[in-house]
Amino acid sequence: MTATAAEAEELVSRLLGGDRRALARALTFVENGDPVGRQALSLLYPKTGRAQIAGITGGSGTGKSTLTGQLAKEYRRRGRSVGVVAVDPSSPFSHGALLGDRIRMQELTADRDVFVRSMATRGELGGLAATTGDVAAVLDAAGKQVVLIETVGAGQDEVEVASAADTTVVVLTPGGGDGVQAMKAGIMEIADVLVINKADLAGVDALAAQLTAITPRDTHVPVIRTVATRNEGTAELADAIDAHRQRLESSGERERVALDRARRQVLAQARLQLLAGLLDSESGRARLDQLVKAVAARELDPYTAAQRLLDSAGGEPASTT
Amino acid sequence: MTNERPTRVLIAKPGLDGHERGAKIVARALRDAGMEVIYTGIRQTPEMIAEAALQEDVDVVGLSILSGAHAELFPRVVAALKERGVVPEEVLFFAGGIIPDEDIPALKELGFREIFRPGASTRDIVEYVRQWAAERASGGEATGKP
Ligand SMILES: Nc1nc2c(ncn2[C@@H]2O[C@H](COP(=O)(O)OP(=O)(O)OP(=O)(O)O)[C@@H](O)[C@H]2O)c(=O)[nH]1
Ligand SMILES: [Mg+2]
Repeated sequence: MTATAAEAEELVSRLLGGDRRALARALTFVENGDPVGRQALSLLYPKTGRAQIAGITGGSGTGKSTLTGQLAKEYRRRGRSVGVVAVDPSSPFSHGALLGDRIRMQELTADRDVFVRSMATRGELGGLAATTGDVAAVLDAAGKQVVLIETVGAGQDEVEVASAADTTVVVLTPGGGDGVQAMKAGIMEIADVLVINKADLAGVDALAAQLTAITPRDTHVPVIRTVATRNEGTAELADAIDAHRQRLESSGERERVALDRARRQVLAQARLQLLAGLLDSESGRARLDQLVKAVAARELDPYTAAQRLLDSAGGEPASTT
Repeated sequence: MTNERPTRVLIAKPGLDGHERGAKIVARALRDAGMEVIYTGIRQTPEMIAEAALQEDVDVVGLSILSGAHAELFPRVVAALKERGVVPEEVLFFAGGIIPDEDIPALKELGFREIFRPGASTRDIVEYVRQWAAERASGGEATGKP
């Protein structure tokens, strides 16, 4: 057995034994794309699929963290253990990130059956959705019965992240032209549940009317009003999330969704591994630079360049360490 | 890309004083230096801080305090961290705030590797953390896992 496999095995057995430091460490390995993380994930995978995963997405400052914290407490009241993954953007300049979602989830830290993990969006290879899904899977394998994933719903990446969930909750607020914004960003299409948070502010009815007008009548997308700061509407939201999942189960749609998701995961991983295989070596990166220059200089078109990049892969084994 | 993983830092404010400007400035400076900074806000109990450090699997824990309650609070924070397996042999503990000279030895004894007083600039702090992370990274490669 390799050292990596041994380390992964030891980590996984501690994790499954309830060691929370091992869980935290496993999440780090997975997030970093470390070989130990990959091995750990493959050992844990058979134990996944039991958690109910909900994505909480919406514009910045709409109250997602506050709501996620309240929702976690609501599920705890219902006797279910909870994992939270809170994703915030990395700075494109420094690659650093300020992860502040825990500020709104303070009360959760006293509860051993809640595990909160902050994550930065990091890389540019479109791996965020995959990583978030893997992080959720580890929490799932660790026995968390509900996993809540908070993301800022601003771009395609976040839309994809939401697709790792059984149920996607889109959070809007009154007054900010949020409804229109959300439609433009294409996040209305992914909403299984709509939330109007900050329902204590003016403009709630107007937003609700707007939402009713744009959601097709034959879909069951409920609109829930919440005041997260006062814990109002949280129980209704938890009910709506559970009802959606129930509907998926009873209509048999959950199977289709699971297949869809698995297909996306396999393809995303294949894409990532292919790219990693191409670019992990010095010579691979040099080859890319060379092709990029040629495309920028209009000596080569992007399609041919991509083809040549792929062709050049055969010469060299992809590094796995 | 995978080997250059960002240093993860927890910046926490134990105690009851509500002055978080200093802590926020440090958190932002570390972010701007390319680190991932988990900021948990004010009025953190030792257990909250230790729990956050555990769950977030941070490389660095920085505590900020102005109230003068460090002598009472810091040992409790360190105890709560150690109880969870977050130990100064693996994780860098540092502190910043109004801390008199005579208290420094006791804090170092507790496991705080560096104490930044109000005279220190954020640049000093960033440089210190960066240096520590770089040394650990190269040390880790040279000697393998401990
Ligand atoms: N009035 C009002 N304010 C709220 C409500 N929910 C949250 N807030 C406030 O809105 C602000 C942002 O809340 P967060 O929970 O941090 O929002 P978020 O969407 O997670 O923010 P980002 O993660 O930064 O995008 C905070 O000041 C909250 O106190 C609400 O129902 N009503
Ligand atoms: Mg948030």
